[in-house]
Amino acid sequence: MYDKLWLIPFFPLLGAVINGLLGKKIKNEKVIGAIATLAVAASFGVSCYYFFNMPGANGGQHYAENIVATWMSVGDLQIEWGFLLDPLSAIMLLVVTGVGSLIHLYSIGYMHGEEGFYRYFSYLNLFVFSMLMLVLGNNALVMFVGWEGVGLCSYLLIGYYFHKKSASDAAKKAFVVNRIGDFGFLIGLFLLYWSLPVGSRSINFMEIAQNAHLLEAGGIVVTVITLCFFLGATGKSAQIPLYTWLPDAMEGPTPVSALIHAATMVTAGVYMIGRLNPLFAMAPDTMMVVAIVGAATAIFAATIGLAQNDIKRVLAYSTVSQLGYMFLAMGVGAFTAGIFHLMTHAFFKACLFLGSGSVIHAMHHALHEAHSHDDPQDMRNMGGLFRKMPITATTFWISTLAIAGFPLLSGFFSKDEILWFAFASPQGSPLLWIVGALAAGLTAFYMFRLVFMTFHGKQKTTEKARKHLHESPWVITVPLVVLALLALVGGWLGVPPLIGEIVGMANSFEHFLEPVFGGTQAVAHGTHALEWSLMGISVGIAFVGIFVAWVMYIKNPELPGKLAGSLQGAYRVIHNKWYVDEIYDATFVDATKRLGTFLWKGFDVVVVDGIVNGFGKTAHASSRALRFLQSGLVHNYALVMVLGVVVIVGFYVLR
Amino acid sequence: MVSIHEYLMLSAILFSLGTVGVLIRRNAIVIFMCIELMLNSVNLSFIALSHHLGSMDGQIFVFFVMAVAAAEAAVGLALMITFYRNRESIEVDDINMLKW
Amino acid sequence: MEKLFFYLVALVAVGSGFLVVKCRNPVNSALALVNTFFCLAIFYVMLHAPFMAAIQVLVYAGAIMVLILFVIMLLNLGSEAHKRFTHSLIGGSIMGVLMLFLVFFFVNRGEPTGMRGNITDGLVDKIGHTELMGRTLFTEFLLPFEITSILLLVAIVGAVILAKKEV
Repeated sequence: MYDKLWLIPFFPLLGAVINGLLGKKIKNEKVIGAIATLAVAASFGVSCYYFFNMPGANGGQHYAENIVATWMSVGDLQIEWGFLLDPLSAIMLLVVTGVGSLIHLYSIGYMHGEEGFYRYFSYLNLFVFSMLMLVLGNNALVMFVGWEGVGLCSYLLIGYYFHKKSASDAAKKAFVVNRIGDFGFLIGLFLLYWSLPVGSRSINFMEIAQNAHLLEAGGIVVTVITLCFFLGATGKSAQIPLYTWLPDAMEGPTPVSALIHAATMVTAGVYMIGRLNPLFAMAPDTMMVVAIVGAATAIFAATIGLAQNDIKRVLAYSTVSQLGYMFLAMGVGAFTAGIFHLMTHAFFKACLFLGSGSVIHAMHHALHEAHSHDDPQDMRNMGGLFRKMPITATTFWISTLAIAGFPLLSGFFSKDEILWFAFASPQGSPLLWIVGALAAGLTAFYMFRLVFMTFHGKQKTTEKARKHLHESPWVITVPLVVLALLALVGGWLGVPPLIGEIVGMANSFEHFLEPVFGGTQAVAHGTHALEWSLMGISVGIAFVGIFVAWVMYIKNPELPGKLAGSLQGAYRVIHNKWYVDEIYDATFVDATKRLGTFLWKGFDVVVVDGIVNGFGKTAHASSRALRFLQSGLVHNYALVMVLGVVVIVGFYVLR
Repeated sequence: MVSIHEYLMLSAILFSLGTVGVLIRRNAIVIFMCIELMLNSVNLSFIALSHHLGSMDGQIFVFFVMAVAAAEAAVGLALMITFYRNRESIEVDDINMLKW
Repeated sequence: MEKLFFYLVALVAVGSGFLVVKCRNPVNSALALVNTFFCLAIFYVMLHAPFMAAIQVLVYAGAIMVLILFVIMLLNLGSEAHKRFTHSLIGGSIMGVLMLFLVFFFVNRGEPTGMRGNITDGLVDKIGHTELMGRTLFTEFLLPFEITSILLLVAIVGAVILAKKEV
């Protein structure tokens, strides 16, 4: 029954191969798009089948493994190409393939007429394949293959417009920064294998879960291991200190940002921590670090998001901030809440990105028709688009409400659960809750700033361009609508018990993930009154954020300018992203470059080349001297030969 | 009765003569003949020792040496003809195309 | 008597061997070499190996030397009167003397020993040297014998290929 799990990653791989090898010949955009979309949709179908036939539904073990082949067998290290289906990977499968197929559909419309259409779809399918390997891998090394694969596809797709220098630079940056994280992942993996006692060494996730208790709980070893894994997670999931690549990654096409840099790949770090939850649960120090880093990232990225004018960059910082929430949840032991937020975030953030893509698409078209050279992504050039693009705007509104935590929408449930755990779980603290709630308020503010600047207020485009602004075609709007619907109702899967009691619904999400997180999930303690009041406060903060945004961008549109003028210093710092990029450049990048230059000119040229060339020169000089032995005259050779005979025979005779 | 030593001495003298010939002559055919002389001196010691030890093995060996010498003569002389055809000379000092 | 005969023939052999090296004209060298071969054949007879003496005369003095003479004549190699016919005379001589000294030293150091076989002079005279050779060659040494035939075949083919006009 579960021996066909390999089909799930197989379909996208097939699509990638077909499009990559034959795409240039096919030429027909519809066929290429259909192949790619159907490949992912087929995976979605298989995933759905397995989701409704989960292992352990009628008791028994809650997971199933499908071992396809042996990868390597060295000593007592056995690594297989194996796939693991359990509730956690099932949810990730549905998110990846479901959102993935919607975004593929969307891409057909968005990428219409682009050069290298087939290349785009081939990469995108390859990405889905890698992501599915990451999610499905039954051991850490297969996961690492997927981990690197998504990094590669991310690089390829960020640099899709490779002729643009900023895009290729952004791709390189993403790749290099991710390498730092991957290093952490690998070191953590080696350490884990090495520190487990002989006989129970394994990198199979299920065996790690069983053997984790063999390590000393809270000891230095498990703390270092989990910190290394967390370093890997910060790289992939854009957390402090390795978040800088994600905003730059917006150079890629917008559907890529939606799929890779919002919904799926960047959540790999969260998934990995969830997958290794038995390990992380044993290292409270690491958990504290995770929670603090998550909370810090959440508020830090939110502040940067306040002052960005590029529509996609705002969303990028929003993504970083929301990922911070997920790590906050993981850090306080609320694994279910983290994964739940991962899922809801995938819905509304993908919708937001696709909506922004729709806007950019329309703006680009209109500005192109009007022969204007304004930036189609700059929100200051937009405004009043609601009338022109009603579907996009409506779906955008819904998703924005969801991310802002508007009651009863998906973001409300997940974010509130995280905040509740941040306050009341044994590892939580009120401080974490305050930071989280503040970040929620900031999120509400900058998201509504974005909505108001884009869809409301005065139209800032020229008269000529305005005529060409219109709603996007159905391939673009259908995914938007589906995702908006999911953002609207997706939260009801994980209703917190507080509200569940009233409406008579259980938290089916938590129940579903029970087999994976049951042993490690933190339990929040607190009265209902406390929970209600915290919920009220956080919703209140969100409403304050929305209200402030309304005042500043609808009621008094000149207010932001004045405010920026009076708080010039603060504004400039935030607008320039706290100068983090500059600080990194000055410290790490420059130092590395200088070290590299030194090693190149000081070490490589002088020492290494000196040694190598020295060998060459020595050989050359000595052979120049020795070649006089080779006279080319036969009798000289004969003479030396006889001399050799005399010497050898003489040695034996006269000995 | 001639002792084995005397045969071996004679063989040594002939072998040394052949060696000197190989080393000092320029004409390839003469060098070739000197090699034959060396082979024959070895043959002599083989047969002498065979007689001395009362065994046939040495004589069989001489038989094979003769076969090899015949083959060598055929191939070597063919080489010389080819070389002479190309260089109008048979002197080993002219065979120097492989040097640096 | 036998000893005297031996020394006489040995003197001729060494003398004609010296002539092989010394003679300016290759034809003279070749004839001196034939002389040496005949002397060796005499020694073979003295050593009770008449069959070897016969093929020494037939194969060496007959076939091989005729072939060499034929090539000398074919290439029309006259006496090298007009130019030097030797080189590195000193080095070659030193080597030769060294070699001679070594082998003398080696030979005079001890008695040749080893497995003594059962082939006595009387047996050879009784059965006949040719039959003894034949028995040994076609029983004990059959495989090398056959390999020798292949070697000769290869040599023939090689000689034909090399001596062809267009290589």
